[in-house]
Amino acid sequence: MLEQDSGLSLTIARIVQRLKGSSLHSQLERQARISLHNPEIKLESLKEDIKDFLKTSGWEKKLQNAVYSELNVFPSPCHPAAPPEHMKEPLAYMRKAQGSWEKRILKSLNSMCTELSIPLAQKRPASEQKELLNKWNEMGTDEPDLSLFRPVYAPKDFLEKEDFSELDLNVGQLGIDDSAQVPPEFFENEHVRIGQKVLAEQDSAAAQQYVRQGCPTALRADLWALILNISNQPEDILYYEQLKSNVIQHDLLVDSLIYKDVKLTASNDDYYFVFEDYLYQVLLCFSRDTSVLEHFAYSSATPPKSYIRGKLGIEEYAVFYPPNGVIPFHGFSMYVAPLCFLYHEPSKLYQIFREMYVRFFFRLHSISSHPSGIVSLCLLFETLLQTHLPQLFYHLREIGAQPLRISFKWMVRAFSGYLATDQLLLLWDRILGYNSLEILAVLAAAVFAFRAVNLMEVTSLAAAEAVLADLSTLKVMPLLQIFLFATVT
Amino acid sequence: MAGKVKWVTDIEKSVLINNFEKRGWIQVAENEDWNFYWCVIHWFQFVCLKPSRNIIARMSVQTIRNVFSVETGYRLSDDQIVNHFPNHYELTRKDLMVKNIKRYRKELEKEGSPLAEKDENGKYIYLDFVPVTFMLPADYNLFVEEFRKNPSSTWIMKPCGKAQGKGIFLINKLSQIKKWSRDSKTSSFVSQSSKEAYVISLYINNPLLIGGKKFDLRLYVLVSTYRPLRCYMYKLGFCRFCTVKYTPSTSELDNMFVHLTNVAIQKHGDDYNHIHGGKWTVSNLRLYLESTRGKEVTNKLFDEIHWIIVQSLKAVAPVMNNDKHCFECYGYDIIIDDKLKPWLIEVNASPSLTSSTANDRILKYNLINDTLNIAVPNGEIPDCKWNKSPPKEVLGNYEVLYDEEMAQSDGSDRDLRSRSGQSTGTKGNRGRDSGKPVLTTWK
Repeated sequence: MLEQDSGLSLTIARIVQRLKGSSLHSQLERQARISLHNPEIKLESLKEDIKDFLKTSGWEKKLQNAVYSELNVFPSPCHPAAPPEHMKEPLAYMRKAQGSWEKRILKSLNSMCTELSIPLAQKRPASEQKELLNKWNEMGTDEPDLSLFRPVYAPKDFLEKEDFSELDLNVGQLGIDDSAQVPPEFFENEHVRIGQKVLAEQDSAAAQQYVRQGCPTALRADLWALILNISNQPEDILYYEQLKSNVIQHDLLVDSLIYKDVKLTASNDDYYFVFEDYLYQVLLCFSRDTSVLEHFAYSSATPPKSYIRGKLGIEEYAVFYPPNGVIPFHGFSMYVAPLCFLYHEPSKLYQIFREMYVRFFFRLHSISSHPSGIVSLCLLFETLLQTHLPQLFYHLREIGAQPLRISFKWMVRAFSGYLATDQLLLLWDRILGYNSLEILAVLAAAVFAFRAVNLMEVTSLAAAEAVLADLSTLKVMPLLQIFLFATVT
Repeated sequence: MAGKVKWVTDIEKSVLINNFEKRGWIQVAENEDWNFYWCVIHWFQFVCLKPSRNIIARMSVQTIRNVFSVETGYRLSDDQIVNHFPNHYELTRKDLMVKNIKRYRKELEKEGSPLAEKDENGKYIYLDFVPVTFMLPADYNLFVEEFRKNPSSTWIMKPCGKAQGKGIFLINKLSQIKKWSRDSKTSSFVSQSSKEAYVISLYINNPLLIGGKKFDLRLYVLVSTYRPLRCYMYKLGFCRFCTVKYTPSTSELDNMFVHLTNVAIQKHGDDYNHIHGGKWTVSNLRLYLESTRGKEVTNKLFDEIHWIIVQSLKAVAPVMNNDKHCFECYGYDIIIDDKLKPWLIEVNASPSLTSSTANDRILKYNLINDTLNIAVPNGEIPDCKWNKSPPKEVLGNYEVLYDEEMAQSDGSDRDLRSRSGQSTGTKGNRGRDSGKPVLTTWK
């Protein structure tokens, strides 16, 4: 009992510390001060009256949402005496694996730097700044020469690491206990009505619960913003503009990686090519956003460090590189692309993406024992396949078509670029609703189950890839439902 | 041997030929007996075959009107069908389309129909779906009057008889079109030949932009008969995006990559991509609009699009030669402005069957397939006397846009404008079926 209490008070202390000094805090203070002018606020019962005022004016709800947001993102501390790296990753061998992975990426980036004699970062000359500012809205045209650049890594590089295949992690239950349906007529109207009510109440927790059953298209943008606690305040817009000016002033090597990635993936995509220019506006700003560094507190990854020229190893001259500590890989822009269907205002689009990244996407390209981490997803996928479709599993292994080789890229990209957009958004609804990426592994297994008959007949990896090459016609929810609730074990 | 359909075509397009061959149809030459003729119309010329005399004739607009009439003796037999109506140009020539719509509106106004209601500015509330247009040189003075009301406006000049964006340019000064002035001393351009005729329309300089780029909609509409009007809309239309960011800036009026969405133009741009071809499905558009603007306004937009297509067909129905040997698959070009109002730009009689991407090829193949299934039932030798009412199962990706017969037999009295708010939660019924309420008032 005592331990529970001390755990709880630790959590409370941590949340209070994080919210202190936030803009919400100052807004609450301001509101409280303004409320003193209200006739209902009496000196004798000052504290109670202000509390009531904050409740009725909706500010208490905003505070609740912020607390809920913090709870969602940060894991509870394991033990008061635990060192900070345990919050990043409790398992030592995992930390080691992530460490060697990071070394590899940095080596690749540094060697590209030296080969091409391009600095990691440099200030842009004034004329270049002016030019970039002018074409900020259409960076898709006139691309720079990218022929010498190559992506620092791609999902397939990640997969080659065999260390984690022997790991004995307990995958456990999915926790998907409400059925996710394609809404039939009688359900849809009521569901929409409830959704509107949830939005009117502006309650994050209720929204998160609600989207487990899927979002109506017209409400999705607002519901996701509510769950992610994004309100696009003036200071947020200002922050985005500040990032934009950082882009204009300084040129980073990773910018070229971003350009290349967009040109190779989203620009050629039937659904997302329209939004190419938005992707630059989001990703270039993202790499300069130092607030993203905060997520490394609970991520197993560590941001790479770079040193001012000539001061190698001297800590005072160390900076994180890129400023947000995240090196983009091939396909990274596909995390942003689907969001363009929901948000057409760059600063809001930016904030939604950033929040999605620090809550979910970062786990897909770092090695950790977290249940939503890519390692656990791989294990979950293989376990599900082996359990529910043992014949298929062994058949594919026999012919040298290890299932994970095919499904890995789907999961790392959270299926973006593989599913039709409307289906993808339904899938991401559940990611938000369950605050977990496990559904990606389940869907991957469900896809194999769906195409099992054809897969049983293939005799090579290439043929298996061909059967699973086109997922654009799949309907996600029926697949998941059948797999979860109709399979006979 | 059971007769196999004999087909003729004047274009070599795989999407067509594959469809004929898969039905086991037999290709014949133009001067042989044929059952099915798929031809491409160049402006108002029409290749006509008279089976018994083995003559191929290219007709001018004067004789076309008579080509199927009893008097001249040119007759198609019951087992022959063609993919065009003889005077389709009433709809598909830019100047005639506008003329017919204007005439239609005036007629409605004269008979006091509520459809012709105007607002306080004198604009039609329900029938204002074509940008203000004038014929040049005939209406030059009227145009000048209109131009002077808004001297900063931009206008678009389009040759009446050309396609694929050819010859189109934008103007914002009267001096740029002096040549079309009726009293112009340089009368070399004032030619009686319709080839030189132009239409000038108010340019929609506030198109809806997505990703900062202008786009238009290409929708396919199949008409099997005009009287009674029976038409089908192909569900898989697409948006055509410009490769360059849109700007209304006057310095870019000459940049066709900014303004003209025709693939024929865009594919020459630096940023043209051959994988997606700058095309988006209509369902993507719908998803985007629903997600960013809401369901009601999106439904309203699509309802309006269907409405203007039907109205345009109704406008030409009285003057169309409703020959029973004919059907036609039109390519409708529609632009949506930033207030989510759709505008009818033009109707094409021979929408391009060229495929710019792999997806495009599949789409056009299926389009022809579904069109043939409706126009030539069961793939058998046609009998043009049939009732042209195919069963639901063969529609494929088409859905009924308007069926006049069914609309008239449906006796319930409905409110004229109830369609916009009528989504009753039943999916798929957006007033596109026979129950288009407003037209129960039509004779």
